[in-house]
Amino acid sequence: MSEVQALSNSYQNWYRFSRNPTAVIGLVIVVLCVLAAIFAPHITPYPDHVGAVVDFRNRHQPPSAAHWFGTDNVGRDIFTRVIFGFRVSLSLAFVVLIIAVPLGTLMGLLAGYFGGWTEIIIMRLTDVALALPPLIMALAVAAVLEPSLMNAMLAIASLWWTWHTRLIYSIVRQIRAQEYIEAAETLGASKVHILLREILPNCASAIAVKTSLDAGFVILIGASLSFLGLGIQPPTPDLGTMVATGASFLPDYWWESLLPGTAILFVALGFNLLGDGLRDLFDVEDVR
Amino acid sequence: MEFLAFLVRRLLWSLLVLFGLSVVIFTIARVVPGDPARMALGPRASVEQVADLQSSLGLNKPLTQQYVLFIGGLARGDLGRSLLTEQSVNDDIRETFPATLELVLTTIFIAFLFGVPLGVAAARWKDKWPDNLVRAIAIVAAVMPTFFIALLLQVLAGYVLQILPTTGRLPSGTAFNANITGLLLIDGTLKGRFDVVFEAARHLLLPATALALATMGQIARITRASMIDVSRQDYIEAARAFGIPTWVRLFKYQLRPAFVPPLTILGLEFASLIGGAFVVELIFSCPGMAAYGIRAITQKDLNAIMGVVMISGVFFVLVNLIIDLLVGIVDPRIRIRGRRA
Repeated sequence: MSEVQALSNSYQNWYRFSRNPTAVIGLVIVVLCVLAAIFAPHITPYPDHVGAVVDFRNRHQPPSAAHWFGTDNVGRDIFTRVIFGFRVSLSLAFVVLIIAVPLGTLMGLLAGYFGGWTEIIIMRLTDVALALPPLIMALAVAAVLEPSLMNAMLAIASLWWTWHTRLIYSIVRQIRAQEYIEAAETLGASKVHILLREILPNCASAIAVKTSLDAGFVILIGASLSFLGLGIQPPTPDLGTMVATGASFLPDYWWESLLPGTAILFVALGFNLLGDGLRDLFDVEDVR
Repeated sequence: MEFLAFLVRRLLWSLLVLFGLSVVIFTIARVVPGDPARMALGPRASVEQVADLQSSLGLNKPLTQQYVLFIGGLARGDLGRSLLTEQSVNDDIRETFPATLELVLTTIFIAFLFGVPLGVAAARWKDKWPDNLVRAIAIVAAVMPTFFIALLLQVLAGYVLQILPTTGRLPSGTAFNANITGLLLIDGTLKGRFDVVFEAARHLLLPATALALATMGQIARITRASMIDVSRQDYIEAARAFGIPTWVRLFKYQLRPAFVPPLTILGLEFASLIGGAFVVELIFSCPGMAAYGIRAITQKDLNAIMGVVMISGVFFVLVNLIIDLLVGIVDPRIRIRGRRA
């Protein structure tokens, strides 16, 4: 493919992407959340409320111009804490996916291309992993090790890669019988070359879609874990923990749990819409 | 004959998964943490106490021997003793599991009851407003954290409208103890106590709906996609040409083969459904396996943790086995080919 063609292709892709409203909305939400998380100390009205600030005169204040999302049970600004909470959510998704996606892809490539015992062992492993509820697994591992969110997320990553393996495996199985693979084999290309240069590029769009959808789901699981009390240690803001704390003041002080909850929904929605849009763009119907 | 071979293969596969599960769980509980006895007793216990517990749990034997003991227990259906409740984990789980089972089954029922018609409607009016509406519902349902839906429903139906109870399985003080299946809906029916059935259903409605939404959205999406797939087949074209009424065509001829993908999805989603049940039970103070499991986790009660994770896994394998059989019934072509499409 020539340079000009590649350029016009990426331009075409961008054009089609920008015509897809769900994808654009998703991208905007994701970018907004990431930027907000990065620049949290500069854009939030009360950056010191991230810590163990106590201001009892201002506790349980409803949403107002001064406190957009109201204040919590010790008088801290909830909007500030929600923005900082994005940091935890996004870094969790990042940690899980940076482990699960490459590992899952590699395993899928190996199982799909080599077949035989490699395939049997890897695919039976994924069957086992599927049978374990990620949330319960994370709870159990966190209980056995130090009860920290990071350990719980590592436990989730140790299960999550299998979804990518199954996806890549099914794609590779379709591709490997095609003539250009046979041609490369006949020409004496190394296995590494075939896997990484001939097969992997054909999986790229599916990986992108799945990773985007996954980011949303991992954020949801992370939030559930902190809701159950496995969150980041206070006073660091964590959206799931905020919902749990606020829930004991329902329904009178509804903003203390429902607004952080909506924030979780917002960031998960962003990744989901983006993944959906990418799926339409790349035309990979069966990736979920 | 073909079907029998399929069944046998499927059973062997399940056994293999269960074996794998037991290895994973054993690894988490015995290999990772160092000293489970010390962990269970806490830092203030004396060396002798720890040694006692170690020998009574068999922790001083080599790992391979411990595993053999563990899997031997599993094969006999013995999950060991809970350090927390001081009775056998089997009894604890037998007491708490029915509530979870009832919740999950009701959830599946609700998810299919609404998910399938929504999917059919979306396929029927593809790219029209019903399709877009269903798509929006599915996306929102998928990204709502389960605990958030549960809280919202609790506030809305429980506090604001005050139409449904928000905690427990029955009103407190209800005298009912049938102990047949442990499922109140079934036990109540068997005993002719329809007041109990009614109350149990009222109590189940909110938690099951909270848990069902995400799965319902998935089912609607998958049903839509597979209905559209099937609609392109020749026999559907023929049905159209014969002038068979639209709704008969959709529900009688098109839905049956299109029903396989949502069933299969349910099997895969089942693990996250059990995880979600944990959160929902906690919020609605439902005395199920979740409350037990979470207590076991905070108290580092290893046998109980292993038991809960293992039962969740067994439950998953069983459900998938049943689904595979159902798929064979729904679509005989799969039964003959002997594998899932």
